[in-house]
Amino acid sequence: MAETKKYPAPVTNPETAEFWEAAKAGKFLIKRCTACGEAHYFPRSICPFCFSDKTEWEESSGEATIYTYSLMRKSPTGPYAIAYVTLKEGPSLQTNIVDCDLTSLKIGQKVKVVFKPTDGAPLPFFTLA
Amino acid sequence: MTIKGKAYIAGIYEHPTRHAPDKSTAQLHAEVAKGAIEDAGLTKADIDGYFCAGDAPGGLWPMVDYLGLKVRHVDSTETGGCSYLIHLGHAAEAIAAGKCSIVLVTLAGKPRTGPMPPRAAGPEADFEVAYGATTHNAYGMCAMRHMHDYGTTSEQLAWIKVAASHHAQHNPHAMLREVVTVEDVINSPMISDPLHRMDCCVVTDGGGAMIVTTPEIAKSLKKPLVRLIGHGEAMKGPRGGKDLDLTYSAGVWSGPRAFEEAGVTPKDIKYASIYDSFTITVLMQLEDLGFCKKGEGGKFVSDGNLISGVGKLPFNTDGGGLCSNHPVNRGGMTKILEAVRQLRGEAHPKVQVLNCDLAIAHGTGGLLGVRHAASTCILERV
Repeated sequence: MAETKKYPAPVTNPETAEFWEAAKAGKFLIKRCTACGEAHYFPRSICPFCFSDKTEWEESSGEATIYTYSLMRKSPTGPYAIAYVTLKEGPSLQTNIVDCDLTSLKIGQKVKVVFKPTDGAPLPFFTLA
Repeated sequence: MTIKGKAYIAGIYEHPTRHAPDKSTAQLHAEVAKGAIEDAGLTKADIDGYFCAGDAPGGLWPMVDYLGLKVRHVDSTETGGCSYLIHLGHAAEAIAAGKCSIVLVTLAGKPRTGPMPPRAAGPEADFEVAYGATTHNAYGMCAMRHMHDYGTTSEQLAWIKVAASHHAQHNPHAMLREVVTVEDVINSPMISDPLHRMDCCVVTDGGGAMIVTTPEIAKSLKKPLVRLIGHGEAMKGPRGGKDLDLTYSAGVWSGPRAFEEAGVTPKDIKYASIYDSFTITVLMQLEDLGFCKKGEGGKFVSDGNLISGVGKLPFNTDGGGLCSNHPVNRGGMTKILEAVRQLRGEAHPKVQVLNCDLAIAHGTGGLLGVRHAASTCILERV
């Protein structure tokens, strides 16, 4: 079942190391470009919208809504719900919805970030708010 | 410059196998190459261009050496299942530019016999791999949102499988030849909401190949003349997560480019090969290509509208990936092959479209709900 699922440790690299360091402290970071003002996820050093290198780390509220999801009924580690959630700050991202009744999920539901441990930095997931 | 009419598909071959534990992957590539070269009435020594994608063991130089080719132009564009549709467009570009005159494109592999090697990690890996995106749930997320935004139903999606099964009953090589009903599809086990088992394509070993050549060489051969008159390719992904919309694909860009180059519209198309990795793939592509408005795909595919001899847009008359064949989990090649059969008048008589002189072959590659490519080819009988 999902509770016993072992998640892979992030490999990390110089471009994303700060994200994973913050995750260890329970903070969920996104990147924002100070040139065009757009936030994005996953984090890049160069803005994927205006291609400026003026991107800065920003702590996200971790509040989001479910854009879409799909409940995978069978897997070697049990059922799991993959989803895209849209952060309050704007960007949408791929994740799993965890630690709640996966059979009654709905598009538009409010969710919040939770971290789950790996052998390295913890990974962000979302659960019903 | 345009590639319109600059390249002809002179040879095609689809491997009849759907399960090949007794063959090597390279051997399957060689067998489909041999089949396509013989279909064209050429010899291996005539080939001066070779194209392959990620399914070819070792890539270009091991395969060129293994097949014993001597070529002056190569292309290993890798965009998953639609690689071969892009190869067709690139072959036409290379031929039009005089870089080569007879291109061989091969696809083969054995996912039914054993697991496929994993793809190399992209820059998103740390931020996505752990969440377990598979083909099933990535396409499931598209279907879920399409249903939410447009009221598309499981029954409507099921009609796509029903149409494919009506065609597959006439294909002796099809993996699934039983005609199914809408009820059969929606009562099949849920795999990843809202997609049922029968919304999913088959997993098969096998392969296919084609020969692309100049107008002059094609006209010197004996096969009916089929040429490429329009081509488009495009890519789409979450792109930083801004304005995410999973209800459309990169087909909204590849399709119009191909139609514009060909100088035709969706209304002119007599036969459509549409990549059917899942039923939702077909529904979204039909909308994106302009066969109906966005959101009206459910209505468009219902009541047998995709069945040859019954509906307005005969599709995947070989049974497609949903029922016949999905070699190497890559459906682009077989989409081209059945379109060529239709244009040649070589489809099964029960599904042959009358006076089929204009066809589309379109596909996507990668994961529709994550990041993917799309390619559109408009083909004409001369």
